[in-house]
Amino acid sequence: MDPFGRHPSCFRSTRVVSRIALTATSILLLTACNRGILDPVGPVGQAEKTILINSTAIMLAIIIPTMIATVAIAWWFRRGNKKATYRPDWEYSGAIEMVVWGIPLLTIMLLGGIAWIGSHDLEPSKPLASANPPLRVEVVSLDWKWLFIYPDQGIATVNQLVVPEKTPVSYRLTSATVWNVFFVPQFGTMIYTMPRMTTQLHLQADRPGVYDGLSAHFSGDGFPGMEFKAQVLPTDQFATWAQGSRGQGGALDAASYAELTKPTSYVKPMTYGTVSPGLFDAIVADRVDQLHLPIPQAAPSVEKASATPSGG
Amino acid sequence: MLGKLSWDAIPFHDPIPLITSLVVILAVLGIGIWVWRKGYWPALYHGYITSTDHKKIGIMYIVLALLMLVRGFADAIMMRLQQSLAIGASQGYLPPEHYNQIFSAHGTIMIFFVAMPFVIGFMNFVVPLQLGVRDVAFPTMNNVSFWLTASGALLINLSLFIGEFARTGWLAYPPLSELEFSPGVGVDYYLVALQISGVGTVLTAVNFVTTILKTRAPGMSYLRMPVFCWTSLAANLIILAAFPVLTVTLALLMLDRYMGFHFFTNDGGGNSMLYMNLIWVWGHPEVYILVLPAFGIYSEVAATFSGKPLFGYRSMVFATMVICIVSLMVWLHHFFTMGAGANINAIFGIASMIIGIPTGVKIYNWLFTMYGGRVRFTVPMYYLIGFMLTFVGGGLTGVLLAIPPVDFVVHNSLFLVAHFHHVIIGGVVFALMAGYTYWFPKAFGFTLDERLGKMIFWCWFIGFHLAFMPLYVLGLWGGTRRMQHISDPSWAPWLNVALLGAVIIGVGIVLTVVQLLYSIKTREQRLDVTGDPWDGRTLEWLTLSPPPHYNFAVLPDVHGEEAYWIRKQTAIKQDALIDEPDYQPIEMPIDTPTGVICAFFASLCGFAVIWHIWWLAILGLVGAFAVFVWYAWQDEHEHIIPVEEVRANARERRRIRMEHLHSLSQST
Repeated sequence: MDPFGRHPSCFRSTRVVSRIALTATSILLLTACNRGILDPVGPVGQAEKTILINSTAIMLAIIIPTMIATVAIAWWFRRGNKKATYRPDWEYSGAIEMVVWGIPLLTIMLLGGIAWIGSHDLEPSKPLASANPPLRVEVVSLDWKWLFIYPDQGIATVNQLVVPEKTPVSYRLTSATVWNVFFVPQFGTMIYTMPRMTTQLHLQADRPGVYDGLSAHFSGDGFPGMEFKAQVLPTDQFATWAQGSRGQGGALDAASYAELTKPTSYVKPMTYGTVSPGLFDAIVADRVDQLHLPIPQAAPSVEKASATPSGG
Repeated sequence: MLGKLSWDAIPFHDPIPLITSLVVILAVLGIGIWVWRKGYWPALYHGYITSTDHKKIGIMYIVLALLMLVRGFADAIMMRLQQSLAIGASQGYLPPEHYNQIFSAHGTIMIFFVAMPFVIGFMNFVVPLQLGVRDVAFPTMNNVSFWLTASGALLINLSLFIGEFARTGWLAYPPLSELEFSPGVGVDYYLVALQISGVGTVLTAVNFVTTILKTRAPGMSYLRMPVFCWTSLAANLIILAAFPVLTVTLALLMLDRYMGFHFFTNDGGGNSMLYMNLIWVWGHPEVYILVLPAFGIYSEVAATFSGKPLFGYRSMVFATMVICIVSLMVWLHHFFTMGAGANINAIFGIASMIIGIPTGVKIYNWLFTMYGGRVRFTVPMYYLIGFMLTFVGGGLTGVLLAIPPVDFVVHNSLFLVAHFHHVIIGGVVFALMAGYTYWFPKAFGFTLDERLGKMIFWCWFIGFHLAFMPLYVLGLWGGTRRMQHISDPSWAPWLNVALLGAVIIGVGIVLTVVQLLYSIKTREQRLDVTGDPWDGRTLEWLTLSPPPHYNFAVLPDVHGEEAYWIRKQTAIKQDALIDEPDYQPIEMPIDTPTGVICAFFASLCGFAVIWHIWWLAILGLVGAFAVFVWYAWQDEHEHIIPVEEVRANARERRRIRMEHLHSLSQST
């Protein structure tokens, strides 16, 4: 019998409610924890997730006891507690000082080591080790859409990135307008796209599927519409796709590029079957109108582009 | 004649700013008429507006901060509402050009016109009292500083009614903020308002560094200063180092926009990466300008309400100065994803983490201050414990963001937004609310209602967690910031929880107003007659509440780290006050309208520059300079308070103190 004299069914119903609440919470937490950067599909994102989880665990090991101690000490030494010893003049202890400087110092030394190694291992401009030769993709952020140029395949896409699985992809990125950030959360590392400059990024995706991509740096009124889809295809299907796209759709030359740069948002994916050679470098140099001319290597803008710290 | 200004600048077609404008104009008029009808105008003019009294200026700063908090919060709740509504097929109720102004204004106002004036208000009110002196080093300049800050706040809010505000985010990154991409007056409002208020902030720093270094009570050596004074010194040193960088950076952007220069443009050899570096050379230290004084407030609260000296005082001072220096060396962690290379990223990442060490030490020192104490669970103590529980979490996510490979996936995301609100609300805002409750009786002679105070605390504490924990989750999903529209419907429940949290914080802000009005109405029940309502330990509790203009009839002699506590314990032991000193006439600075007139001309000049009304800009500049010359020409800057008045006041205070002492010795 319930000691509080409640009707058994009432007791049961609260239990049912709490069970539902528990299940709902765990489902919520599970779905919350299995998305975006917590569900990486490639080695870069996987390594970053590992560092994220490990560092959090290291810090939680110190933070949780500190939080418990805060509440416990404050409560035990409350004014009304007769059992607590009042030491009104206790204000220094060399041993404790050593510990309170020591704990954060050791933690930060450990995490600093992780940061140093991680920064070098996962440097965006560093090529990924792989048996497969890398695919080259050139990325241009426009107002407000993404242009992906495949220089070796001679095709280009808008708001649709297609890459083969288990193949390193070497990205060169720039912006034809203001700053943006190229980011596919499940691939890993994001990087700035900056006008008249290039950045470099190496990513790989191992699981076929379609993933969300976005701009992660505010770029004006059409910014929320800068989403794109990143599609990972099995290697043979990628080759078929690239073959099939060649010659299909329009040609990306100076004229159609000028049309493309007009501000638009929420743009549907499209494909260009041919791309004028050297378009990306012409965009970086801001001389697309002279695309038919060779780019003089000594032009100041190109010099600046190569002065980008990433070595782009 | 009127530059770019025309009737088009008034938002007749846009109901939200139009109605807000009308309500604000009516409210200002209404308050003005009420003040005039009640006959309060002379008291307001002589007691506050033209006052050179650091306490009155401090109060004006805090009033400004609270008013701007309401504005900044209105922006916040509009953003949360938009993000809860504009999901999937819906575009919500705010078009991008309006939403983008709101998040830009929210950030700018909350940092420059809420957090900064709040912190500077406390420095003004508390530092001279804690140092045992009568005013700051340059009292008139102090008044000018305040009014220049108010002038900046005025211009920012004017953008709501005339023209538009920046749509670029609170740091106005070029090239987006260049004329090519932002041709309107919004960015100009931003630049000019911050330039004017920035002058005020730098003058404040000059004033406080001088005050703390050069004017302290006899016997108050550096290592006897209360920790709040130390953290204020550190914060003002950072201002002196960092704010000129901001001024130059914004000036370069103004040259680009006004005179066709190419510092940060896409063409003409401009380099926008330079702006990113410069703005964060100011921007990261700015965080410590806010949080160091907050740490100072927590230190005062911890010692007072634990009934113990602060644990590890020297360690705290050392930790403060370490943060002061290292804070200037970590700016690059704001753009690890720019591709600066592994060595640079790693070095700046580790430098950023190093700040976590002295900060961690501070947390433990507050913990050991409570250890062995008699902890009184007053409202400021709620905030301290709430802060200690919250801030360690914010520190955790901060260290995560400082690890470059982790930052590569959460940079600029909602995770970042959650992190900096975590440390700014959990660290700075909680401290400001604690300080507001703690020093209110010193300023006005009665305490605030405790029950309402605790309700406000719970609103902030619960509201903050509900509003920002969901953003951590969305950030881990890859969600980025500044989105006027969200396409993924599965975000909705999390955004709705965040909205609920914002509403709860809103209830807390409303209750703050209720608490103030209620406490004024029932003040007779909570009068602070002794000047020492909390059994304090530092010199501000030695004088009456509210203190006389000159603070102390005779500058106190300081004999140890806790100047007032030692004096109080000696008096209790001997059951007698110290012998009555030889009172002297006191020389105090006179009131002056210099500040308010100067700021009036500065506002005119600023407005004219924004709208390209060049004759008015010149008039404003000449006017401001003329006021300065007129002030410099004055012969009389001080007036003498006669010795009789000083003696009478001091004797009255001694009588109250004796009574209080007797009641204390009877109770122990």
